[in-house]
Amino acid sequence: MSDDLYREQILEHYKNPHHFGELPDADITQEGDNPLCGDVITFYLKLDDGRLGDVRFRGRGCAISQASASMLTDLIVGKPLQQLKTFPTKDLLDELGIQISPARMKCATLSVNTLRVALNGDVPEED
Amino acid sequence: MIQTRALNAEAARADFPILGRRVNGKPLIYLDSAATSQKPAVVIDTMDDYYRRYNANPHRGVYAISEEATAAYESARQRVATFINAASPKEVIFTRNTTEAINLVRYSWGRANIRPGARILLTEMEHHSNLVPWQLLAQEVQATLSFLRIDDDGLLELEQLDRQLEGVQLLAITHQSNTLGTINPIKAVAEAAHRAGALVLVDGAQTVPHMPVDVQDLGVDFYAFSGHKMCGPTGIGVLWARRSLLESMPPFRGGGDMIKRVRLNEATWNDLPWKFEAGTPSVAEGIGLGAAVDYLTQFGMDRVRSHEQTLVDYALEKLQEVPGITLYGPRDSELHGGAISFTLANIHPHDLATLVDREGIAVRAGHHCTQPLMDRLGVAATTRASFYIYNRVDEIDQLVSGIQKAQKVFA
Ligand SMILES: Cc1ncc(COP(=O)(O)O)c(C=O)c1O
Repeated sequence: MSDDLYREQILEHYKNPHHFGELPDADITQEGDNPLCGDVITFYLKLDDGRLGDVRFRGRGCAISQASASMLTDLIVGKPLQQLKTFPTKDLLDELGIQISPARMKCATLSVNTLRVALNGDVPEED
Repeated sequence: MIQTRALNAEAARADFPILGRRVNGKPLIYLDSAATSQKPAVVIDTMDDYYRRYNANPHRGVYAISEEATAAYESARQRVATFINAASPKEVIFTRNTTEAINLVRYSWGRANIRPGARILLTEMEHHSNLVPWQLLAQEVQATLSFLRIDDDGLLELEQLDRQLEGVQLLAITHQSNTLGTINPIKAVAEAAHRAGALVLVDGAQTVPHMPVDVQDLGVDFYAFSGHKMCGPTGIGVLWARRSLLESMPPFRGGGDMIKRVRLNEATWNDLPWKFEAGTPSVAEGIGLGAAVDYLTQFGMDRVRSHEQTLVDYALEKLQEVPGITLYGPRDSELHGGAISFTLANIHPHDLATLVDREGIAVRAGHHCTQPLMDRLGVAATTRASFYIYNRVDEIDQLVSGIQKAQKVFA
């Protein structure tokens, strides 16, 4: 794990997020926010025969929250929905590849928590 | 008698053990005193001494150390009363913090007095602790809330004050905004409120630690503040109120110490101030607050204020030169206490706070418990730097260079 919170890859995702935008024909639109920090993310999910056919997101907030959403879209696009319903937070944190302090954990996990709500309804967050 | 002492930040720093600490390999630059101040050794030692030498439940024992504890605790109350120029120590109720002091008024005075359909007037810049209790009371008794607006400099718009005070039973207002730094003209506003028949509660969490406060001169009815923001410990705060009001109010919590005589089905209340202090109090914390008051008194609060005003002038000047910065709150340091909020284009406050933390600089990022104010400013969060007696101008230079470094990372 790198201890550099703002390593190049994260800044790159923040400045040029992947799958950024909206899907006009989305099957699921889900907004998530983190009132403590004011981070906001909206996912647009297009389903395709039991898989996530396509994904876009829009958002506003700190580099960690927005880069993590961008990274998450790369990890989930094309995957079976059954698998995504229980997408492990740890996989996203591994992808971020940095030590997240407790104070910033909410920022790092906003995207995956929003995805979980999108696919399962309002279930309690994973610990 | 407390010896007076010149206020020199460099000398004052030596009184605060924590300021010798390094964070991330750098000397700690603490710019978050609006959240909680650091503690001088004399406060820590005074509390330590209580636990080591005369720890006992006050007001209850007839033995020597209980009497010593009672005397120290009540002497702290006396010194707090002098510090804010209360007419009597009976008007100084010890609470846990500002929040509890405000809630005491909500439960005791508010429930007994606020009538259905009455209005409670607040401002857009209130800390959640001077907003949510009134939301809850308004729901409970069917009262309504209304708000004084702010202008783009973060000053209250008071042209319509008299009209806005019609039908108002309570004006609850902060003396200084913890987010904008705005110092409100409490004396004038309180006069107008009284003319309209309203009582005035002031949230003094950001003023008692930083400037002279004379509750009688201000002419208000309730005044709340916290020990931990004024060099004292957590767990102790103050509600000051006019004695006649306190006499008329029902108790807040029931239990030990707040009673005179208890029978199975009824009780009578203790005298002021103990009527409002049920249960074993925060003894060490109260004594610690007394030591904090003595510590601040040696400098004099007018000098604390002028030291911070110098820092605010310097910080406003240096920060406004930073490209892409937006500063909130008044530009005139006469109206601006020692807390400055800002945002940067392209860098979220949390990212900035994390990056300057690498340089050992502690600033606050977020909504500062003023979400409605964030909505008014049209931002989700700001970064806030706040000052106290131990801060130096070169720490502001360090902050500015920390911001510049962060801007390079995000360039
Ligand atoms: C203006 C203001 N009011 C109220 C409070 C609440 O103080 P406490 O948390 O000590 O109750 C604070 C500080 O957090 C404050 O800055």
